[in-house]
Amino acid sequence: MVTEQHDRSLEVVDIPINMGPQHPSTHGVFRMVLVLDGEVCKDVIPHIGYMHRGGEKLMEAMDFRQGIGYCDRTEYLAQFSAELGYVMAVERLMELEIPDRAEYIRVILTELNRLSSHFMFMGAFGIDAGVFATSFTYAFPQREYIQELFEEVTGDRLMYAYFRVGGLAWEVTDNFVQRVHEVLVHTRQGLRDLDELLTKNEIFMVRCQGIGAFTADQAIAYGLSGPMLRASGVPWDLRKDDPYSVYDRFTFEIPVGNHGDVYDRYLVRLEEMRQSVNIIEQALEQLPAEGPIVAEKLPRRLRTPPGEVYSKVEAPRGEWGVYLVSKGGDKPYRLKMRSPSFCNLSALREMCIGQFMADAVMILGSMDIVLCDVDR
Amino acid sequence: MMLLAAPAINIDNAFLSGILGLIAFTLVMTVGVMYATWYERKIVARMQYRLGPTRTGPFGLLQPIADTFKLLTKEDLRPATADFIAFEAAVFAIFIPALMVFVAVPFTADWYISAIPMSLLYILAVSGLSFIGFLLAGWGSDNKYALLGGMRAAAQLISYEIPMILALVAVVMVTSTLDVYQMILYQDTVPLIVWQPLAFGIFLIASVAEVERPPFDIPTGESEVAGGVFIEYSGIRWSMFQLSSYVNMYAFALLGAFVFLGGWEWPFGTDIGWGYQLLLTMVKMSFFIFFYLLIRATVPRLRVDQLMSYAWKVLIPLSLYQIVTNGFVIVYDLPDVAFLLFSGLGVAALVYSAAFIVKRGEPRRPLTMVPVRATAKAAPPAPAVAADVVVEGAAT
Repeated sequence: MVTEQHDRSLEVVDIPINMGPQHPSTHGVFRMVLVLDGEVCKDVIPHIGYMHRGGEKLMEAMDFRQGIGYCDRTEYLAQFSAELGYVMAVERLMELEIPDRAEYIRVILTELNRLSSHFMFMGAFGIDAGVFATSFTYAFPQREYIQELFEEVTGDRLMYAYFRVGGLAWEVTDNFVQRVHEVLVHTRQGLRDLDELLTKNEIFMVRCQGIGAFTADQAIAYGLSGPMLRASGVPWDLRKDDPYSVYDRFTFEIPVGNHGDVYDRYLVRLEEMRQSVNIIEQALEQLPAEGPIVAEKLPRRLRTPPGEVYSKVEAPRGEWGVYLVSKGGDKPYRLKMRSPSFCNLSALREMCIGQFMADAVMILGSMDIVLCDVDR
Repeated sequence: MMLLAAPAINIDNAFLSGILGLIAFTLVMTVGVMYATWYERKIVARMQYRLGPTRTGPFGLLQPIADTFKLLTKEDLRPATADFIAFEAAVFAIFIPALMVFVAVPFTADWYISAIPMSLLYILAVSGLSFIGFLLAGWGSDNKYALLGGMRAAAQLISYEIPMILALVAVVMVTSTLDVYQMILYQDTVPLIVWQPLAFGIFLIASVAEVERPPFDIPTGESEVAGGVFIEYSGIRWSMFQLSSYVNMYAFALLGAFVFLGGWEWPFGTDIGWGYQLLLTMVKMSFFIFFYLLIRATVPRLRVDQLMSYAWKVLIPLSLYQIVTNGFVIVYDLPDVAFLLFSGLGVAALVYSAAFIVKRGEPRRPLTMVPVRATAKAAPPAPAVAADVVVEGAAT
């Protein structure tokens, strides 16, 4: 009888491990399948679309004023940036002239929104790195002050719908300037706290440095934007390169990284927050004390002439753009959002391959995605 | 031997006495652990601008009891595909060794469950058993996260046991006894942390890794393996895992207090009575506990390769160095100060060597700042309203 020959050679199998959509560090309902060889990622397959609800199509069915609400619901951490991108597109089609005071208030609120969004990143990124919620509790009280200010001005904590085509929904509160100054005091405190907690922490540095590094060429090839692109060494910032609103009236600096790794993305965001404080202070100085906040001769029913326009803003996550086609009338014929989260997320696979599983979490965290903005 | 009640109560039957002591001890330890969680939540909350539990009783003191009832009444879930025996056995394979450690621990000069002549060996041997439970839980859960966590736990526990045991071997060389009781008596005048700071440092770091607390909580890392081996456990089984984790923390804190800080002996001697001795033990133990809590709130988690290289490239060579230099001092009969001298050199090496052996971070990495100048004319500056605002601290 022939005995069965067992194959004694060691068989090595890669484990596909399903991370998400309900995993603590996938920042929403994102799912990625990691193919692991031990602890090392050999492949990453991202799955998106859990949050898809056809926001673009919904906005095509609504008139221009109603669409503003959907910008909030799409980019729910940088609502003002999204609203600004959308209303600017409509304004450009209608060729409206926006009063100075409205523009300054828009800039102040948008920059405050950048601060609150980056605070969110700092907190969540610390947790990805394994700090037991301390980064979160350092960042969130300060973020809460900003949030309270937004609530005072707009009447809502999340869905502001405060920027309107042609200006603002209503006048800001009487003590607005003073309140912003107060908020900035807390913001600086939060920045100091986070800087001391994370930046020079030995373990944080060894965890972040050298992982997920992208060169400038790679970053451009993948269409990255925002802090992800600037960390890779490309000084591209729409506030500088294609100034919109009144951004050409401020003097500030744009931080650019030299290594393109996760640590540089963190540093760039931290420095960006300081620059935002700087911009807000200049804007508060230049803010006209009085004046109209809505464009003159604004029709009650918004109608655009036929045409197409692409308007883009530098949102906290990168270039947030709206491509708008109108065939006349009060609704967009076609509306397409260019969301930075989606474009940045496309680089995930390339960044993660060959890295450790724990690094894949850090890389995903460093992208600072908003899943609703990815799926729309 | 003595029961865990007052020393006056004495039962002649050693077996019965031991069993009663264990039962009493398990109950005391369970309550102790419950309040360790309360203490931890309060301390960590204060470090994080929070208050911690406040609603249940004064200062939230009833929170652990509420938690216990919640955990006890939870639905008992087991995955359908789990390996029944491994899944169930894992809980006990971790829980029992954690409590068995305390059989040999002398809380005061005459409070202990059993006097084991080589108690240090016993403690290390029993506490080393827990990795079997982690492997069982990782394998039995039929979950890839659990498997990954179990493998990480096994690798980590084995790697860090070596430097810890070697550091304790160095102490054993100094005291020339394997009995913790005798070691405490040896530290009558000077605690061993003075003669063996390097061994103390290695023990402190390795014990954090042994109890799997941050920054060494890689097997249970919430943001990576989402709880690791505990992922499929719920209710009472999960709380038994937590219980044993805290009991382990107590065990290593006690061991450190006895072996390095002089336990109940230093600085007041044996004759102050069991009450003060117990208090002294607790104070020294809480130094370790506080250290574990402090680093939990402030440091990120290491990556698994960094964890391994730290154990094998830094801690183990340095503990071997400590053993060799101790042997040198003992063989040539040098004065005790030589222990301190060599060990102190080792501490310097511990701080320094990391810079060369383990990859270090690059502090103060510069960013390139690209200036943006205002090109357009600003609107005329606002009068009065904006400029007159005075905000406290706004100038900083």
